[in-house]
Amino acid sequence: MARLARIELTPDEIEHYTGHLGRVLSHARELEDLDLADVPPLAHPYPLRNVFRDDVAGSPVDRDEVLSQAPAAAGGQFEVPPVLGEEA
Amino acid sequence: MNTAHAIASDVRAGTRRATDVLEDFLGRIEAHDGDVHAFNTVTADQARAAAASIDAAVDGGRDPGPLAGVPVAFKDNLCTRGVATTCSSRMLEGWQPPYDATVVQAMTAAGAVMIGKTNLDEFAMGSSTEHSAFGPTRNPYDFARVPGGSSGGSAAAVAAGFAPLALGSDTGGSIRQPASLCGIVGIKPTYGRVSRYGLVAFASSFDQIGPFATDVADAALALGVISGHDPADSTSIPAAVPDFEAALGRGVEGLRVGVVSELTGSGRNRAANGGPVQGDTALGNAALEDAAGEVLDGIDADVTERVLEAAGALADAGAIVGRVSVPAVTYGLTAYYLIAPAEASSNLARYDGTRYGLRIEGADVEEMNRLTRRAGFGDEVKARIMLGTFALSAGYYDAYYGKAQRVRMLTRRDFDAAYADYDVLLSPTSPCVAFRFGERADPMTMYRCDTCTIPSNLSGDPAMSVPFGTGAEGLPVGVQIMAPALGEEAMLTVAAAIERAAPELAAPRFAESSTGGAA
Repeated sequence: MARLARIELTPDEIEHYTGHLGRVLSHARELEDLDLADVPPLAHPYPLRNVFRDDVAGSPVDRDEVLSQAPAAAGGQFEVPPVLGEEA
Repeated sequence: MNTAHAIASDVRAGTRRATDVLEDFLGRIEAHDGDVHAFNTVTADQARAAAASIDAAVDGGRDPGPLAGVPVAFKDNLCTRGVATTCSSRMLEGWQPPYDATVVQAMTAAGAVMIGKTNLDEFAMGSSTEHSAFGPTRNPYDFARVPGGSSGGSAAAVAAGFAPLALGSDTGGSIRQPASLCGIVGIKPTYGRVSRYGLVAFASSFDQIGPFATDVADAALALGVISGHDPADSTSIPAAVPDFEAALGRGVEGLRVGVVSELTGSGRNRAANGGPVQGDTALGNAALEDAAGEVLDGIDADVTERVLEAAGALADAGAIVGRVSVPAVTYGLTAYYLIAPAEASSNLARYDGTRYGLRIEGADVEEMNRLTRRAGFGDEVKARIMLGTFALSAGYYDAYYGKAQRVRMLTRRDFDAAYADYDVLLSPTSPCVAFRFGERADPMTMYRCDTCTIPSNLSGDPAMSVPFGTGAEGLPVGVQIMAPALGEEAMLTVAAAIERAAPELAAPRFAESSTGGAA
């Protein structure tokens, strides 16, 4: 789970979180006894339809203001370490 | 008087200066926030400039608006342009948003003066503020106890007299529970009533912004200011905003009030299901002793007694009070603690060291992500992200997330059935009064704080907490009033009636001694 969630953990921490999640999930088992076959899932409080707006340009937040808050930026873009390794 | 109504009225009339009002509140913060730690940031300089411009407007014959000169505290997960917005996380320490949340714009446009940003459980995940990366907030009534959470800083700020109004966010009870524990009023509006644009997302299908105030009238005033459709939030409801304050004086004659059996024990006789009964207190209480449905464990008797007294007061005032069973609420907690972490695991994927906040360098992007998230997130946030990742993972999705969503539908249906017979529902807000630091270290024990508040987040319906007397150790108790979607008016009518009948609640001792004089 830690790998999927992209969080680096030590072996001790893995043990700690295994206990934490185990306690919560053991409570989740109470749902197993419920017969919910006829109850559809609800993802959202209200039925929503996609909302469209007119295709006109708005006033976006200022690029320099956004980039000023980034850990690293260069040439008007966010800067990150290599994504695909040396040969990319 | 230091209510928002009194301040705005005086400032608009020119009998009080916004700058004087501000200095009065800043003085109390200066004197006492070292103990309380309600604020992550106090924006004194910016507030002084804003207050001066309110005074200038009044001098120039212009009306600054319904919140003229009223200091307001914003939970530190509401974006404020150029002012640090941390979510009480190392991940966003020092981050300055490039825009204001819609509610921040609305409050400012109404004449309110931002006085600071308040502490919370990291990314709003918690019920005590103990999960803040910057240290907990203390309850103004007892510094050894929590103020509740996650909006504990906002609740403590209002209770301590640091601001007459504050905004918070409520995902599973994060406005109502701290309001209850701090002896003030807190409202979670209908999902979609208030724009979420600029609220840092936790669980998007639950999150809703709402006000804290010292009385129902101030809370209604603030709710009116922040409500309304916003094109920038696609889940915002395009409904007209009623005059919430007009609902306060309507009286409860004939209103049907259902006490939720599963959340409110009787402590006395239990008999068959009691339908709505009209009558005096004696008759009302007799009906209330007819419990239907299984009462959940862990709801303290002192809290239950106050709720039943509030119900009795409503019956005295002419309401039709009965008991109603909402069976699905017993599964609400479990469903919530699968769905909310699932949504959080997705929402918090954006904190990867790229665009804002913390970055720990790594050899490649993935290592940077993992190291950044390790260093930036606290214990509870990591646990919930992993729980949510698990609940959504292939092979477990149907058993956990899918099943929880079906329970959510069940909750919706059970509420619909209850609202066919009742206009509003009543329950405790919190199962207990303010608890001591460290007392609820086990995660499930902490999560149970949200037992009574979570059902309204699952359904999306409005709910609020109003103080009604005290429980153990003389600590405040809150009564929760729930209403169907867009039913805030009836909810406020009942809240005002409960407030009128409530025993006087003493202010926190230090706040009382420092009111009246500017520091």
